[in-house]
Amino acid sequence: MATVNDVVIKIGTVNGTGSASANGLLRKSIFRMGVPVVGKNYFPSNIQGLPTWYEIRVTGDGYQSRSNRVDVMVAMNAQTYARDMADVEPGGWLIYDSTWPRSQLLNREDITVIGIPFSRLCNENFDGARARILMKNIAYVGAVAALLDIDLDIITTLLEETFAAKAHLIESNMQAIRLGYDYAKENVSCPLPMRVEAMDETSGSIIIDGNTAAGLGCMYAGATVGAWYPITPSTSLMDAFRSFCSRYRVDPQSGKRTYAIIQAEDELAAIGMVLGAAWNGARSFTPTSGPGISLMSEFIGFAYYAEIPTVIFNVQRTGPSTGMPTRTQQCDIISCAYASHGDTKHVLLFPADPSECFHTAVSAFDLAERLQTPVMVMSDLDIGMNDWMIPELEWDESYVPDRGKVLGAAELEEMDKFYRYLDVDGDGIPYRTLPGVHPKGSYFTRGSGHTKLGAYTEDSAAYQDVVDRLLVKWETARGLLPKPDIRYAKFNKAALITIGSGDGACKEALDRLAEQNIGLNYCRIKAFPFAAEVREFIEQHDVVYVVEQNRDAQLRTLLINDLEADQTKLVRLLHYNGMPINAGFVVDRVLEEIAKGRAA
Amino acid sequence: MSFIAKPKVSHPGMPKNKLGLTSRDYEGTVSTLCAGCGHDSVTAAIIQAVFELGIEPHMLAKMSGIGCSSKTPAYFVSQSHGFNSVHGRMPSVTTGANAANSELTYIGVSGDGDSLSIGVGQFVHAIRRNLNMCYVIENNGVYGLTKGQFSASADIGSKPKKGEPNQQEPIDPVSTALSLGATYIARSFSGDKEQLVPLLKGALMHRGFALVDIVSPCVTFNDHEGSTKSYAHTRQFYHHVIDIDYVPPAEEIKAAYGEGEAMPIEMHDGSTIVLRKVDKDYDLTSRASAFKYLREHFNAGEITTGLLYLDESRAEMHELMGNIDTPLSHLPLDGLHPGSEELKKLQNRYR
Repeated sequence: MATVNDVVIKIGTVNGTGSASANGLLRKSIFRMGVPVVGKNYFPSNIQGLPTWYEIRVTGDGYQSRSNRVDVMVAMNAQTYARDMADVEPGGWLIYDSTWPRSQLLNREDITVIGIPFSRLCNENFDGARARILMKNIAYVGAVAALLDIDLDIITTLLEETFAAKAHLIESNMQAIRLGYDYAKENVSCPLPMRVEAMDETSGSIIIDGNTAAGLGCMYAGATVGAWYPITPSTSLMDAFRSFCSRYRVDPQSGKRTYAIIQAEDELAAIGMVLGAAWNGARSFTPTSGPGISLMSEFIGFAYYAEIPTVIFNVQRTGPSTGMPTRTQQCDIISCAYASHGDTKHVLLFPADPSECFHTAVSAFDLAERLQTPVMVMSDLDIGMNDWMIPELEWDESYVPDRGKVLGAAELEEMDKFYRYLDVDGDGIPYRTLPGVHPKGSYFTRGSGHTKLGAYTEDSAAYQDVVDRLLVKWETARGLLPKPDIRYAKFNKAALITIGSGDGACKEALDRLAEQNIGLNYCRIKAFPFAAEVREFIEQHDVVYVVEQNRDAQLRTLLINDLEADQTKLVRLLHYNGMPINAGFVVDRVLEEIAKGRAA
Repeated sequence: MSFIAKPKVSHPGMPKNKLGLTSRDYEGTVSTLCAGCGHDSVTAAIIQAVFELGIEPHMLAKMSGIGCSSKTPAYFVSQSHGFNSVHGRMPSVTTGANAANSELTYIGVSGDGDSLSIGVGQFVHAIRRNLNMCYVIENNGVYGLTKGQFSASADIGSKPKKGEPNQQEPIDPVSTALSLGATYIARSFSGDKEQLVPLLKGALMHRGFALVDIVSPCVTFNDHEGSTKSYAHTRQFYHHVIDIDYVPPAEEIKAAYGEGEAMPIEMHDGSTIVLRKVDKDYDLTSRASAFKYLREHFNAGEITTGLLYLDESRAEMHELMGNIDTPLSHLPLDGLHPGSEELKKLQNRYR
């Protein structure tokens, strides 16, 4: 197993011991060597004490998804030692804290076990229990650096940047790095055959999580009202928005803010606040996850029928019910597409990585205001909370926000009478007015039956007229939404379709299948309702593997429902154990189907 | 609801407010509530209050949830935007609306079911935020549209038209608001317009959360003998403690008050509330003593009315958040981000 820049390092620690900064340091130092990396966090729903893992995939080829392999395991948590050892690929390495003897029962002949007495080294060199625990984590960064040939100068620079204001911390951290580094150098043959070597593949890139990028996108979109109720894994989106706003949205003279962040009493209130603010002309949004969507459903239907721009970020987690809040899935596709009672359907956008989270955040506001309807950005925990390498984000200075059809005071002044729900332009989108602009603009926003003039009604024809017009708007939406990303390997009758975070695993799987002369075409859907191109793509193929991260093939169901796609050719390729999907899984499932006689 | 257009009848001699509008300009569509419903009297009082205050119709926002009470914003000030939201959720919509535009005057009309049962969570949290709004509860103790079930404000022993008397403790919006720190708390009766109109005016002009709990009998389901929310019962046990007069900014206090009877309080907008104390021992600035008084009179079966608590000093939601004075929804979007160069710079930390 001698490789360069193709290694997966997994670190098992105890939650709440400060391992996140050590792991970040390790990941960043590889990135600074110009080598692409992916960082995945597998953490418990817990504050302190339960096991947590961080996985760094060093991928010179620049693949984005998780690998299903562990080459180097840093087993710092005795609770999970046995399980961590079992995870290592044959021929791989396991590093453990050899301060205390290891049970002889735990052994594997097919891997190399490296003992480094981290606790003893730190106890000898640092004072205080907390410092010793923290430094033990920093020390394993040093050991891994020696083993994988990571540049110590880069680690030093990173520590200097991190602790610019606290020189003594640079020194103590560096000392801890040295303890691990020197011990490994003296006692193990370094570097290992699997190692890291400087490249030039990361300049112009950043490492960021999707929630941070989405929060940044909300600020750039000009959102002024954010209402939310804390829920994993969406919380860090509002944290990011708050942090960017506190830096860029506070008037330096007066110290006053141009944003309102309201922590609501629950998700029912959060979405109500978003609607109230949007009704009043502000760009407003709420980040949430599946259980939040359940609570918001009544208001989502209201926004659909009363036609209020609404932006919701659903950072999906594993369900049903409370499920596994710190694990990922794409399991709210149907509940979001048809959220609320009655005939409702909603625009969904599927970002695939943090870069798309940033740009989709901006376009979500444009689309919501253009279409006067809820728009849901369907992220997930994998995108939202993991560390992705993406090209540096750019802002197009020529961007002009689409505020949709809003009548101003001058237009209202010239009008004889304003009617809220008339389809003046034939695209199914009526004109709206904002309170406080002009007396002629007034109308009564209601969820009860209303006519196209905006009046209350219980008249069958008048009711039906409005809900039929909403279908016209639905077709307008279909044309406005982002088109799918379609790639043809060669003319072929078989293809993969996926959404969102399935992208990385599918693209890598396509490469691997191509190595076996299986050339599948590819379509990544970016929005619902599905574009005409998606229909054509399905029609062109005999077999379409629908790759998604839920048990019930929700994307497949939606394709059948929205496009009347031929269900016999849509093959379920489902990954739903809560871990991010990986390329190996896709490859194996495709090969399995081919072995059963499916066309390739 | 409101599908019958109301004919506009105007007399040349009708009084005009400071904007040159008559009270007709503050009317809405024809009410579809039962004849004699207390809510229609409240609607009339709201029209009078808004007209007399001279609020520009389009600068008023009418918010509501679901229920008989929540239909009423259609029956006043047609030239205002209205938001008839979902059941019990008017406070959150108003919170968001106010966050976006602090320039409008917000009046929310709710009922005892809407605010004290399904929406009690949102009601209490709007108070905690000291949301700047006038929050009207048309309190009749029953659900009208679903035909007469008790609500959470029904008193112990109150008899329904059919079935068993209520045995559960009522939720009193006034003492609830008092315990949560609402800054303007009043109670009145739909049948007492003289007391109600000035209380509504004060509530509309108060900066912060102003609750006006109004006993507003349901003539169809809760106006019989044995009901504690009937017209007859309310009239019999009605107890005035502090009535008020509202005096607009820059206007002199003209009414004649007896020695020691009147106490003027200046409000944020420069207007004055003159307290006319009926019970001179009542202290409307002390939460503790107000609570004690209310409880004692409640125990004696009395309905204490008037302006029951006032605190003009507490910051409202925007002040608590430290927001600029310009409504957030008026800010041009391109001024709300630092541009492409800064985006480049701020990403250095992600390398």
